[in-house]
Parts: sequence; C-alpha cells; structure tokens
Amino acid sequence: MSVSGTSMPKSWNLKTKPHKFCPGCGHGLVLKVLGQAIDELEIQEKTVFGCDIGCSLLAWDFFNVDSVQTHHGRTTPVITGIVRANPSLIGIAYMGDGGGYAIGSQHLVNAANRNDKIFVLLVNNTNYGMTGGQMAPTTLPGQVTETSPYGRDIEETGAPTLGPEMVAAITSETAYVARGTVSNMRQMKSFIKKALKNVVNGSGFSFVEVLATCPTNWRTNARDTWKFLEKDMAKYFKVGELKTLPTKRED
Amino acid sequence: MERAIKEEKRVFMTGNEVVAWGALAAEADIMYGYPITPQNEIMHYWTRLAPKHGKKFLQTEDELSAGFTTIGGVLAGRRAFTATAGPGNVLLQEPVTMAEMMRLPMVVCIQQRGGPSTATVIYSQQEVNLTTYGGNGESLRIVYSTANHQELYDYTIKSFNVAWRYRFPTFILGDGYQAKMREPLVMYNPREKGVEMVPPESFVGNKGSFGIDREPVHLRNAFSMEEELYEVVMEHIDDYNRITPQIVEYVSLGCEDADLVIVSHGIVSRAAVAAQEMLRREGYRIGYFRPITLRPFPVKALRKVCKSTPRFLVVESAYGQLARLVKDALFGLEAKMDEIFMPGLGITSEKIVGHVKKKSELKV
Amino acid sequence: MKKIAKIVIAGEGGQGVQSIADILAEAGNEEGLEALYIPNFGIEQRGGVSVAFVQIADNLIGSPKFEKGDVVVALSDRAVNRVKCHVGMNTTFIYDNSLIEVTEAQPTEDIEKSENEEECMPVEKKDQPVVLPERVGKVIAVPATAIAKKDLHPRVFNVVILGAVVEAARVVSDKSIKNAIENKLGKKFDKNPELRELNFKALQMGIDAVKEALVRS
Repeated sequence: MSVSGTSMPKSWNLKTKPHKFCPGCGHGLVLKVLGQAIDELEIQEKTVFGCDIGCSLLAWDFFNVDSVQTHHGRTTPVITGIVRANPSLIGIAYMGDGGGYAIGSQHLVNAANRNDKIFVLLVNNTNYGMTGGQMAPTTLPGQVTETSPYGRDIEETGAPTLGPEMVAAITSETAYVARGTVSNMRQMKSFIKKALKNVVNGSGFSFVEVLATCPTNWRTNARDTWKFLEKDMAKYFKVGELKTLPTKRED
Repeated sequence: MERAIKEEKRVFMTGNEVVAWGALAAEADIMYGYPITPQNEIMHYWTRLAPKHGKKFLQTEDELSAGFTTIGGVLAGRRAFTATAGPGNVLLQEPVTMAEMMRLPMVVCIQQRGGPSTATVIYSQQEVNLTTYGGNGESLRIVYSTANHQELYDYTIKSFNVAWRYRFPTFILGDGYQAKMREPLVMYNPREKGVEMVPPESFVGNKGSFGIDREPVHLRNAFSMEEELYEVVMEHIDDYNRITPQIVEYVSLGCEDADLVIVSHGIVSRAAVAAQEMLRREGYRIGYFRPITLRPFPVKALRKVCKSTPRFLVVESAYGQLARLVKDALFGLEAKMDEIFMPGLGITSEKIVGHVKKKSELKV
Repeated sequence: MKKIAKIVIAGEGGQGVQSIADILAEAGNEEGLEALYIPNFGIEQRGGVSVAFVQIADNLIGSPKFEKGDVVVALSDRAVNRVKCHVGMNTTFIYDNSLIEVTEAQPTEDIEKSENEEECMPVEKKDQPVVLPERVGKVIAVPATAIAKKDLHPRVFNVVILGAVVEAARVVSDKSIKNAIENKLGKKFDKNPELRELNFKALQMGIDAVKEALVRS
C-alpha cells in the first residue's frame, strides 16, 4: 500500500473540509487523487464535476470546480449533455457501482458506445453505502449485505459486474479504460490522469473504476477492511489498464 | 451560417415540422431526443435543419437520458430542448423534477398519444395530469396547450423565452393530430417582430478565473435537512405564484350572457369554438372558455366566468384530466358540471352540438 | 364555388390515398384558403385501410377529423365499409367501380343505425359484404383503375381519383390543383416531362368522368 503526500490539492474546496465521508471510506482517497490530477493538468477552471446519488453525492461541494449533483444514475447523461453543448469543457461524471452499473447502466453503455468525450469515474465498494449496505451489482459471491443476508447467491442474483471489462468491449480504440484501487494510489493517479488527458485531448470516452473500501457497511475493522479490498475484491476485479491510449498520444 | 427565417412567409406543413422551425426561430442551440411516435418528425426536421444553422442534435438511449442531457445543455448555457410522448413523457418526468428543483429552463414539446401504457401512437389529451403535475414535489412548471399550427410556432418561441426569463421547465403540449396534420401558418423571425429574445446564461463553465472574476459554482438538488428543503421549495413556490399573473393565458368567448360555458383545451378547442358558433347561430346562449396555460391554470378568470355562468360542459379527449383542473380552480363556488370525456378519441363540433341540444335542456 | 369542403379518401396502402389528399389540401392552401389534411396512422405502417381527412374552408377549420364528409371516396372493398360512417344525406360518395364489386344493397339494421348513430366509430370486419351507403346525396362510380390502365398508366390511377374529387367538391380551381401537383412532383416532371402530361391528363379524365356522371344523373 502506498500513500501519497498529505497536502491538500489546490482544487479542493477547503471550506468543506474535513469532508463528510465515513472514517476509512475510499471516496476521500479517490477524490484526493482526482484533485491532484486536476491540479497537475491545470484544468480546474474548465472542469465540470458531476456527482451521482449515493455516497458520491457527498462530493457535490468537494472541489473548487464547477459542480453539479444530479439524480441516481443520471450523472453520465447530464455531463454528456454539458459537453455536447460546450465541448470546450472537461466533464467528469463521478458515481458509485449502483449508479453506474444498475440504475444508470444504460447511460454508461451508451455514452461509452457513442464515445462521448467525458470521464466517468466509478467507485466500486461492492454495496449501496448511502442507503445502508444493500447488495450491489458488484457484491462478491457469498458476501453478506442487507439484501443478501445469507450471502450473495450468484445462481439467483448473478455474478459481480465486471464494469471496465464491459466498457472496454464496447468502446472504440480512442477510449481509455482501467481499474485502479485505493490500495495503490500512485497507480490510481496515473490511471486517472491518463483518463483525464484523453478527455482533454478530445479523443475519447474515458472510464476508470476504483476499488474502494466501505468499513461502515462491511462492518470490518481496519485490518479486515484492507484484507477484503486487497484479497477478496482483487480476486474478482483485476486491477490494471484494459484499454490504453495509443503511445503517440501518451507523454 | 444560413439565417433561419428571414422574412414572414405563409407555409403549409405538419405540426412536427412547425415545432422544429419554431425552435430554430427561437434560436435553440441543441436538441436531445429519443424516437417515439408521434413526435419523431420533430427530430427528423431538426436533424435536417440543424447543421445548416450551426445547431446540434444528440440521439440518446432513452427519454431519461434525453431529459438529463437537455439539462446538461441548459447548464452549459444553451437553449436546449427535447420532445416526447406517452411512455417517454413518463420517463421524462424524472429530469423535469431536477429542472424544477434547480430552476433549469429546459423546454419540452409533448405530442400526446393514447394511454395508458403503449396504447395508441395516434392521439389523446391524456397527458395532462402527467405534464402539469407529473413530478414528485410541487410540479412548478409552465405548460402551454396549443390548438393550431400558428400557436405551435408562436408558443415554441415563447417557451424558450419564458423558460429563460423565469427559470422554470416549460412545456409545449401538443398532440398526435397537431403533430401529423398539415395546415397553413405564418412563420416569422421573432426579433423582427419585436419579440424580446431572452438570452441564455451558463450555469457552469463560465469564462474567468477563480478568485478573480468568478467563483466555482456548486449546484445541488439534495438537502440534508427538512428546514433547508422547505426554505428552497417555498422560495420557488413564491416565485411561481408571483409570476403566475404574467404567465396565465386563456381565451374566453361569449361567457357574459351565457347559460352554459364549454371548457376545453388544445385541439379540442377547435371543435368547441365551432360548436359554440353553431349553437349561438341557432339561438343558444353558449360561452366558451379555453385555458392556454394548463399550469399555471387561469383560476381567477375561470372563477369570474363562474360568477356569471355557473354551468360548464368540460370537453376533452381524456377521462376528466382537464375537468380536475377546472374543479380545482372552482373550489368553493357553486357550479354545475357536465362532461364529454372521450379518452384517446378526437371530438368533433357535431358531437358537442348534439350533446348540448340533447342533454343540456337549454332553451333557445 | 362554395368555400367549404370536407373530404374523406380511403383505400389500401400503396394506392396513393395520402398523396392525393396532401395535394388537394395544398391546392386549398395555394388559393389562400384554410386547409387541413390529416392522415390516419397507427402502429402498423402497412396493412390497414389508409384514410385521409381533408378540409378546405374560407375561415378557421374546426377539429381535424369530422363525422360527415361532403365528398367521401372509397378505393377498395374494405374502404367502403370503413368510411360508410362518414357518409350523410349531403355526401357525394365516389368509388372505383372497376375495382370494387358491390353486393346488391339491402336495407340492413346497420344502415338504419348509421343514421341515428352519434359517433363515427368505424370497425373493420372481415368478409363483410360490400354494400354502398344508402342514405347518401349522390353516388358516383368512377372506373379510375380501368381508365388509367386503358388510356394512361396504372400508376396514375390515384390522380384520376384526384380529378374526380376536385370536380365533385368544387372547392379548388384546376389551376391550383395543377400547381399543387407541380409542387409535389415537379422534380420528377423535370426529369421526365412526359410524366407531367400523363398526370395532367389523368386529372382531366377524372374531372370529366364526374362531369359526365353528374350530367347523366
């Protein structure tokens, strides 16, 4: 596990810190990296950050960038609509696994397929956090949640959604698709930066899923939280890049 | 870029074509849409016209997306609109509530089809409930119900201006007949007619630097406390009530000395006006009242009519959706109400005349 | 020329019912009159009876559909039964007698009822005998299909019908109808000028057929 420096990104909205996420929640880490990436790419003033419903909603005033909190699952179309109307803006759609893979899956699939020039950043913590820990599309087999109290039965409820794999399969060559994890911040940052660059360049749809922790709903202590993230989740969700930019555009 | 409409000209076209031209005349920038009959040709005409005038179009995956991308277009400071019908209108209600809460001037054209469910692709006035009060919340929106192609053109232009002036989602409520029929109208450039074109403004992505000439905006529709929500909603309601007198529109004909007033809206008004004329010619004292804005409803005007003629015949191609608005407006007054309710069916003047003569027991 | 006409034209898909209705309404508009044309349309793009409603008037037109027409045209067996409810005592009913085989008229309950019927709710039934409307102003048989086949080209059969409607309704001038045809088909005419002549001939033959029929009656 690697943790980058402790200073706050310039693009953070200091008035709203400390933030409202639970102790041990992965969202703060993802948003920290996103803030650093926005800083380093110097895109703070032309970025529009959209957040979903679910825990991602708590990020509505997280950054000093123009932000809009939308409806559950609907951040992708709102950001798509903004960028279609004004392509000079950098659109980021921030959401959880429920918003992206369940209620908003049709938007994700179609925005990806249309190669909309937006960055979808999805936090996968294997459950619906804000509503109290229900089973999500990404809940692991056998995992106990409020709506799978005896453990997720994949015969009945399906296997965990493999989001980046799906997106990679339906996007064009100019898309960028990766899966990162909060347990490797340096790698996650490189993924997020590449994804943003791909959007800044106007070349294609960018999608990064980040594996993240939810000790509150997992009901885990610090050690078990990291074990679940690094052992159990990593078993199903392979971390890495699934679709990279053509080398000439990378720097 | 080609100027959309240079000078006034009489044209003969379908209603869907009229809406596309109206949006062009209103200087709309972008349409987002999903196919559903009977509104498809709005998209067909828009996609043919748009590139010639530097306008854009996005075909979305459903009406949820059409509504939310329209919201995106509005947030980016563009005159953005969508069009739908029936089950698409159901899906559209979700984004419309976001526009209501966040005061985003999205413009929507509804071409009503039969309901419930898939029903018919043809015609009805069964989307009145949905369009006026379809959302969770207070349904603060502006709904214009048009009756002919001239109005379809005029109110499409007006909808953009009203939406951007008052910042409430605004609907043009048409129907399948209006969508598909052809009739003449006069198209014009609203600026040359002296119509004030309310400029759109960006909600996000404005020019400037943080801390110097602008600050980042944080827009939301979720609140953590009851009191917070109450304050926000009451502010919107106060705004809505304050602008209502400037917005309500209606037509009232011969109600002063009437024994009976026919109430209808939208395309049924054409039959109602014709029926009123025929009956007047035969000596029946018949009045006619038509709300043009279904939301806000012309409550004061209708109550005034009721004071002189407390007897109404509500006529609609739905089962009491307009009648409910009428009853609500007349609450507390003594009034008799008769009805012709024909859900999903067109209503002719002959039908209304026959009903009045047979059932109303009026004397000439 | 009276300045109000309500016209119903019904036939099978592919007979060109909607295009002649459209041309007719456009001719009304050409003359500066109010004109309204509405097709019936449904989920099926093909298969049902295709019905067009046209109104031309010198002031504001009421509802787009109506009960009784001044001129009602049927171009197939099914179409006769479909539009019967739009036929009243002042209606001129036109049908193509080279296409439609009529069963001997018998006063049936249906016809009795149609007089008192308030609503026009046409129902398509299978294997219905084709009985011409009884309570009607005039019935004119125009063998449009035969005329088109014999003297012109089968494709302009609908323009023969258009001519018949123009003459029966007498609400738009020959000139405006020709202009409207020109607006609609001008591009095709430019490519093949013979088509223009063919269409205008068909129009005239339709007009003449009705003129003759009216003289005979």
